[in-house]
Amino acid sequence: MAYSDKVLDHYENPRNVGSFDKGDPSIGTGMVGAPACGDVMKLQIKVNDQGVIEDAKFKTYGCGSAIASSSLLTEWVKGKTLNEAAQIKNTQIAEELALPPVKIHCSVLAEDAIKAAIADYQSKTAGGDDKADAA
Amino acid sequence: MKRPIYLDYSATTPVDPRVADKLCSYLTMDGDFGNAASRSHTFGWRAEQAVEAARADVAALIGADPKEIVWTSGATEANNLAIKGAAHFYSKKGKHLITCKTEHKAVLDPCRQLEREGFEVTYLDPESNGLVDLGKLAAAIRPDTILVSIMHVNNEIGVIQDVAAIGALCREKGVLFHSDAAQSAGKVPIDVNGMNIDLLSLSAHKIYGPKGIGALYVRRKPRVRIEAQIHGGGHERGMRSGTLATHQCVGMGEAYRIAREEMAAEGERIRVLRDRLFGALKEMPEVYVNGDLDHRVAGNLNISFNFVEGESLIMALKDIAVSSGSACTSASLEPSYVLRALGRNDELAHSSIRFTIGRFTTTEEIDFTARLVREKVNKLRELSPLWEMYQEGVDLSKVQWAAH
Repeated sequence: MAYSDKVLDHYENPRNVGSFDKGDPSIGTGMVGAPACGDVMKLQIKVNDQGVIEDAKFKTYGCGSAIASSSLLTEWVKGKTLNEAAQIKNTQIAEELALPPVKIHCSVLAEDAIKAAIADYQSKTAGGDDKADAA
Repeated sequence: MKRPIYLDYSATTPVDPRVADKLCSYLTMDGDFGNAASRSHTFGWRAEQAVEAARADVAALIGADPKEIVWTSGATEANNLAIKGAAHFYSKKGKHLITCKTEHKAVLDPCRQLEREGFEVTYLDPESNGLVDLGKLAAAIRPDTILVSIMHVNNEIGVIQDVAAIGALCREKGVLFHSDAAQSAGKVPIDVNGMNIDLLSLSAHKIYGPKGIGALYVRRKPRVRIEAQIHGGGHERGMRSGTLATHQCVGMGEAYRIAREEMAAEGERIRVLRDRLFGALKEMPEVYVNGDLDHRVAGNLNISFNFVEGESLIMALKDIAVSSGSACTSASLEPSYVLRALGRNDELAHSSIRFTIGRFTTTEEIDFTARLVREKVNKLRELSPLWEMYQEGVDLSKVQWAAH
């Protein structure tokens, strides 16, 4: 299978690989996929008091397109508010990386990952903390 | 050292230069290009002579009589001819066949076709090491069983079945025994009489001969009958019509002659290389060999690197040509059916790589491969959330995954 130059670039030089402390209240963690299906993505976001994503990190088990999709996503969400990040669509990722039809599920997984990370952050701050809503 | 390094000898092999030289002299006006079926002139006679000499070389490798060799287009056709041909001929005697779940598709698909025609097929589960249990095979044989088809060496995991014991059992029960020897001929000794094999499929391109030629051994004493699958002229004693490809037959004969003379020494050299590669890779944690390591052809190493996905590893290993048990080509990922049949979980099946070593592999290439694989597996594990969880002591089998 031929990969696009952008997939190869992200695969060979993945951006923002790593992990934050899951227990930190400013961190939202999203883990999606399943090993049996051949891909698992872990996406973490670090959110500041203004509800802006300051930093993001990922780890992915999966094919090159899955790794590239999550690497690209970490670049895109940095500096965005939670609402803005929640608007990212899998089709944008697929288009940017020129994913072939059989790899579209990788971009879907990436969209699921950011939504899960945001939901995790919001559940941590739910009740009395309206900073996220201010974003 | 040329890159990429070819380590996919079970997929196909390059033609040995000695084979190519000989084969090329049977094509042009200057060579023996005749039709072996032409009886009226010297062009035909010379072609026939070459084809028969090649047939004798093929027969000699497996301890057969040349009259028992039927040329085909390859092992796939030989498997089709053996299984469908025998089933059709003996259908009045019974309509039950036995094979194994880890067989090549060229055996499984003809069996499926026979099922559509009203035959019944038992697909045996192999043991977790890939070998067929003789007791389970014996228990599956019924009064209406006409054929057992068990491959000699598996193409993915390289395990060697005990065909001598299977042959003896089949002979005792009065059931025909077919074996697909595409991956074993020229690598493991074969004696069709000592092993009681009735039908044996052979390929040329897995053993440094050309693609597009193979053969089926059909026992004459006691006589085994098959119904032709291709009609038109009655070549090959009516079992397989079509003008013989003289140059291909000659190429296969030469490849088999070389194999007969060199396989013992070559097998030892390849085994040393395989063990050298395995020795370097098994130092890493969470590395699993798929299939029995002792009953295994010398050139095969099929291993799973836990917590690393196979397709991304193949992508990282672009300087070597290997194959993966994970076929991530559709939205629903399908790991290798062979590894699944061994009871390997999906994760390990997705993480498998098959290295197959051959005649032209060097020590330098093996050392380069070992270094590259270690480096890339470590890199991908640093990227893997599963590796991180494993190191934190999380039991991955107990995690509730969101399947997609």
